[in-house]
Amino acid sequence: MLHAVLINGSFQDSVTLMLVSRDLSALPQVNRVSVMMGTPANKDVFRETGMWHAALAAATPNDLCIVVDSENGDPQVAGAMAEQVKSRLAELARGGRKAAYPLARSWRRARELLPSANIALISLAGHYVYEPARQALSDGCHVMIFSDNVSLEHELALKTLARDKGLLMMGPDCGTAIINKAPLAFANRIPAGAIAVVGASGTGLQEVTSQIARLGGGITHAIGLGGRDLSERIGGISALTALDMVARDAASRVITFVSKPPAAAVKERILKALNDIGKPVVALFVGERVVQRNVGNVHFTQTLDETAALAVELACIDAHLATLPSVANTRICGLYCGGTLAAEAAFLLAEHLGVKADAAHVDGFMLHEGGHRIIDLGDDRYTRGRPHPMIDPAARNEMIARLAEDPAVGVLLLDIVLGYGGHADPAGEVAKAVAELRAARGEQAPIVVIATLTGTADDPQDRAGQASKLEEAGILIAESVRSALLLAGRAIAAPAARAGAPSALLSSAPAIINIGLRGFADDLLANGVSVVHEQWEPAASGNARMASLLAQLN
Amino acid sequence: MTLYKTLNEANAAVVAQIKLARPHLVDVKPAHECIAALREGHALLHAGPPIAWPEMTGPMQGAVLGASLFEGWAKSAAEAEALAAGGQIRFLPCHDNSAVGPMGGITSPHMPVLVVKNSVQGNVAYCNLNEGIGKVMRFGAFEGEVQTRLAWMRDVLGPVLSEALGRLAGGVDLSTLMAQAITMGDEFHQRNIAASALLLRALAPEIAGSGEGLIQQREVLSFLARTEQFFLNVAMAYCKCAMDAGATVEAGSIVTAMTRNGRDFAIRVSGLGKRWFTAPVNTPVGLFFTGYSQDDANPDIGDSAITETLGIGAAAMIAAPGVTRFVGAGGFADALEISEEMREIFIDSNPLLQIPTWDFQAACLGLDVRRVVETGITPLINTGIAHRKAGIGQVGAGTVRAPLGCFEKALEALAEQQGVTA
Repeated sequence: MLHAVLINGSFQDSVTLMLVSRDLSALPQVNRVSVMMGTPANKDVFRETGMWHAALAAATPNDLCIVVDSENGDPQVAGAMAEQVKSRLAELARGGRKAAYPLARSWRRARELLPSANIALISLAGHYVYEPARQALSDGCHVMIFSDNVSLEHELALKTLARDKGLLMMGPDCGTAIINKAPLAFANRIPAGAIAVVGASGTGLQEVTSQIARLGGGITHAIGLGGRDLSERIGGISALTALDMVARDAASRVITFVSKPPAAAVKERILKALNDIGKPVVALFVGERVVQRNVGNVHFTQTLDETAALAVELACIDAHLATLPSVANTRICGLYCGGTLAAEAAFLLAEHLGVKADAAHVDGFMLHEGGHRIIDLGDDRYTRGRPHPMIDPAARNEMIARLAEDPAVGVLLLDIVLGYGGHADPAGEVAKAVAELRAARGEQAPIVVIATLTGTADDPQDRAGQASKLEEAGILIAESVRSALLLAGRAIAAPAARAGAPSALLSSAPAIINIGLRGFADDLLANGVSVVHEQWEPAASGNARMASLLAQLN
Repeated sequence: MTLYKTLNEANAAVVAQIKLARPHLVDVKPAHECIAALREGHALLHAGPPIAWPEMTGPMQGAVLGASLFEGWAKSAAEAEALAAGGQIRFLPCHDNSAVGPMGGITSPHMPVLVVKNSVQGNVAYCNLNEGIGKVMRFGAFEGEVQTRLAWMRDVLGPVLSEALGRLAGGVDLSTLMAQAITMGDEFHQRNIAASALLLRALAPEIAGSGEGLIQQREVLSFLARTEQFFLNVAMAYCKCAMDAGATVEAGSIVTAMTRNGRDFAIRVSGLGKRWFTAPVNTPVGLFFTGYSQDDANPDIGDSAITETLGIGAAAMIAAPGVTRFVGAGGFADALEISEEMREIFIDSNPLLQIPTWDFQAACLGLDVRRVVETGITPLINTGIAHRKAGIGQVGAGTVRAPLGCFEKALEALAEQQGVTA
């Protein structure tokens, strides 16, 4: 079926139109597309090629004629094709540039040269920053301001505008950011990974991201905020926007937040935002003593390296958990042979749950809260008339078996203690018990089993052999009780569900308009990022009267 | 007259009219037959905004003397000078008479003019005929061979071209010719080799078959074959015709004419009628023929900046890498930079004129006063350079910038018109 559209008064040369016809004919939704100017000769060609449509009769040599042959009877096919023709012509008119990045003298031209631009990177002298930043935000671009010496009033006005438009403003005085591998200003080459870093601290971001890379981790994005974002006056506007964006970014599985201690009122807001993210968060307020290390999904650290290490560990846990059946919203049960291991587990779980560990230790319960329990099987109650569970695993095996009747428990924590005097094959015993438990519970009630392995390679039980028995039994081995509890805590956490579409900034390839230091554009180009450099000058060369008139003459 | 809500809307309408225009070269006729103002007494058209005899620079004064001799108003240069100084000659801007003229732009009643007619909107523009290079009237030379050539152009070239064009139904479609020529390296101000050849190609069969004698036919063909800038005057009439079509919108901030009289650079703006906004001209810089130097250069002069007004000439420098060195614009990269810079001050592009060396980007279209003031980028103009003294002629070629002042004045007028205060 043939459809036709005329675009009046739009002259194009025949070579251009042949290119467009060829490209559009290759589209799957059409058999053939023919685009020509409506000259008498071309009209004959339409007739001779079986592409004549009655609408062409009215075409003049100045009219662009589009005839579409498609199985689709819907006349909108032609309209859609006309839009394709227009955008293709616009693309051809722009021309491609491969050698280096283009230069522009105005924001408008920069946008023309890079229509996909989504970030303006501004490094002008501070007192010039406001106008170009405002223009970029007004035009729907996110902004990073490298410059300092921007007034607090301007920062607040710009950040308010950014917030109102759903845009992110990084800076002023933001030295570092990496958005989808695009290095903005000072940045390191960091492998891709699952960690998003948000921070109001330039070198803090650089150090944390570098440590993450050194530990074998990687990042999705590193978002800088600028030193004053968390001040009382600015109120963390950009921090909240950035956290919302990374929360909605599916690729960012772990969030790291680094800043100097915020103003009290702002800190409250930030903490709430961190909690609301749902994903695991590592937060460092540099210089502030950590009192409680864990509140729900948020882990507080004391140093930059600790922050990076924990983020990498959480990212590993996240990747691991993704391979296991979900035990979200279940209870944790810890059955420990070792009293101190039990005590540490209880302390950590209590911290995670925001409760106090059990001080009385009745019946070996080191913690018993909301269905969660950590039990020391070395307690007198369990050793009365029986050997210690490190020697005879029978008592613990019985308790493991009883979990078949308790489907609310989704995570089982265990310790395997090797060494002289202990059982010859504790891992084998546990593996057997866990296999029986799983068989009894069936697939409807999965259970994640996490064990710590106390001992060395030289111990008589052979640590490596014990470890492989656990692994074969589908038991996760944690490097420490702390790791085990971290894993357990993540396993039972409700999956983060953040409403709203992912932010385009984080999910699309960045395209940058660089305003100021030329070197930043060079770096972006070297990293394969689309960039246009704008050679900025004040409007009307600083003539205030002309600038004022211009602003009003639209 | 349509009312537009914003300058942007008005400008879009102006640009649309310019894009619609299809100027055709339809005839060559004596100027007095086309331009009523030349029919009474002693009247001459000149380049640029209005100017009186004493203020004219050397090249224009020289051309006035040449035209007076040519018209037989005076028997000698001295007599002609007395006539001009005595107020016996009316001087009228070409632009006020649907005409344009390169350099001095002096056009007298019996000089032949190109008749360029817009087949869409119907308006007509005129331009005198290019005399070639060397000692020529437009650059201020006025004696000897200049007079001989002017007479031949009146008696032979004009009639032969008129007859040839008469045989071509509708004349020569200049849009398609220029679309081809720009792909062949012309920017239509400094370089017109391709367009001149294409025009000769279109006219040659008709000239060869004209009623004139073989000698005359041969003279005309030979003249067209060696006059590489013949098409400059055609391009100027083309641009004038297209810009006048845009000016009918009578709104907006698009520059519809840029011109210079040797003293002042002047612009007209689509929304500001026939008012001229002026500022003192700059002096072109460039390359000089052997024996001449920058010190000999006359200040900027001529209506030929109508090409840059449309978006060709220096704005399309990248189309003509062959001449960039000649006009002192450096190499290819510099030409690219110039065109990229000019792109900043034009609001649209001209789909008729695609430039291969610009990766098939179209030439600029729609010079916006606001953008010039905002960016501080003033239009660059490719230009021939006349000797500052009358009677010597062309001494070089180069580039010159339009002065910012006339754009600022136009912006003030726009603000006043729109009721905007600083």
